[in-house]
Amino acid sequence: MISIWLIPGVILVVLVTATVKRIPAYEVFVEGSKEGLNIAVSLLPFLLGMMVSIAIFQASGAMNAVLSFLTPFTNLIGFPKEVLPLAIVRPISGTAALSMTTEVIRTFGPDSFIGQLASTMQGSTDTTLYIITVYFGAVGIKRMGDALKVGLLADLAGIIASVVIVTLLFS
Amino acid sequence: MVNLIWVFLAVSGILYAAFHGTMGEVNQAIFKTLDDSVMITISLAGVLVFWLGLMKIAEEAGLLNGLARLFRPIVTRIFPEIPKDHPALGYILSNMTANMFGLGNAATPMGLKAMKELKKLSKSDQASRSMITFLAINTSSLTLIPTTVIAIRMKYGSADPTSIVASTILATIISTMAALMIDRYFYYRRKRVSRQ
Repeated sequence: MISIWLIPGVILVVLVTATVKRIPAYEVFVEGSKEGLNIAVSLLPFLLGMMVSIAIFQASGAMNAVLSFLTPFTNLIGFPKEVLPLAIVRPISGTAALSMTTEVIRTFGPDSFIGQLASTMQGSTDTTLYIITVYFGAVGIKRMGDALKVGLLADLAGIIASVVIVTLLFS
Repeated sequence: MVNLIWVFLAVSGILYAAFHGTMGEVNQAIFKTLDDSVMITISLAGVLVFWLGLMKIAEEAGLLNGLARLFRPIVTRIFPEIPKDHPALGYILSNMTANMFGLGNAATPMGLKAMKELKKLSKSDQASRSMITFLAINTSSLTLIPTTVIAIRMKYGSADPTSIVASTILATIISTMAALMIDRYFYYRRKRVSRQ
């Protein structure tokens, strides 16, 4: 698989190029790394805060209540109800979405229509809330402008695109 | 808006638990999450320290500039506000490349570096146009090879685990284009509002 070669390959190219250009690679590495440590430490409050809120919402059962409330509406437009929870959770929580995808694939089989749809959805959308929290948290952006709206609408576009494309390709 | 969402998730969760007798679960979840978030930050720290170190070498060796020069025609059109030779372009491109190959772990540090450079450009605590565009691209996900999903499909005995690569690429292309258009729409709307 290409991804097994990719990371070692990148490391190789970077280190060889640096050596050819006579750059003190190790010293530069340490210098750049320190910034990584600072970013990680400054991220904790943002990440922890967001994760606690999401955990409360999930553990209380409120998330499931929202999902069962929405099911009749999505049935109306013919959206497969088996993947609805995934579509709603995907922008909020990456780990929850991944475990839902796993559950759907386990229950319906990876090669079923539902399994293909969940797989495609998982691959073509991302955890908007996490990305916004981490990226804006790291640089101290307080006013987010339209970022959240744009991100969530982009997720919606990804979910609709997944349903249409998987329907065309697999059913 | 994120303030509202944050408060809403916690408050509605606690109220829901009060009426449905799930307060015990909520309590447990809170303390488990505190641990989890520290663990995630620590594992993120490893990735960040390593990749930012390596990226610093790549930057000094001129590799990031090379990458930026190669894709400049496309990227400057997506990010018209970033000066042509700015280091932000190099980081944005490395972030996109890592995302395309499903290397989420390697993509985040470069995305954060890109954000820092964009912040230097905008010098404000408000999200700039380029930042919102960059986030839109990230949230719509650029994955070409969804490695995690393929691994799960293998585990549950798929006859063809990689059959979803084509559909994922198509869905990703459509969702990224849609994200860019949505982003443009909101940008021009902001501009219209501020002119009035």
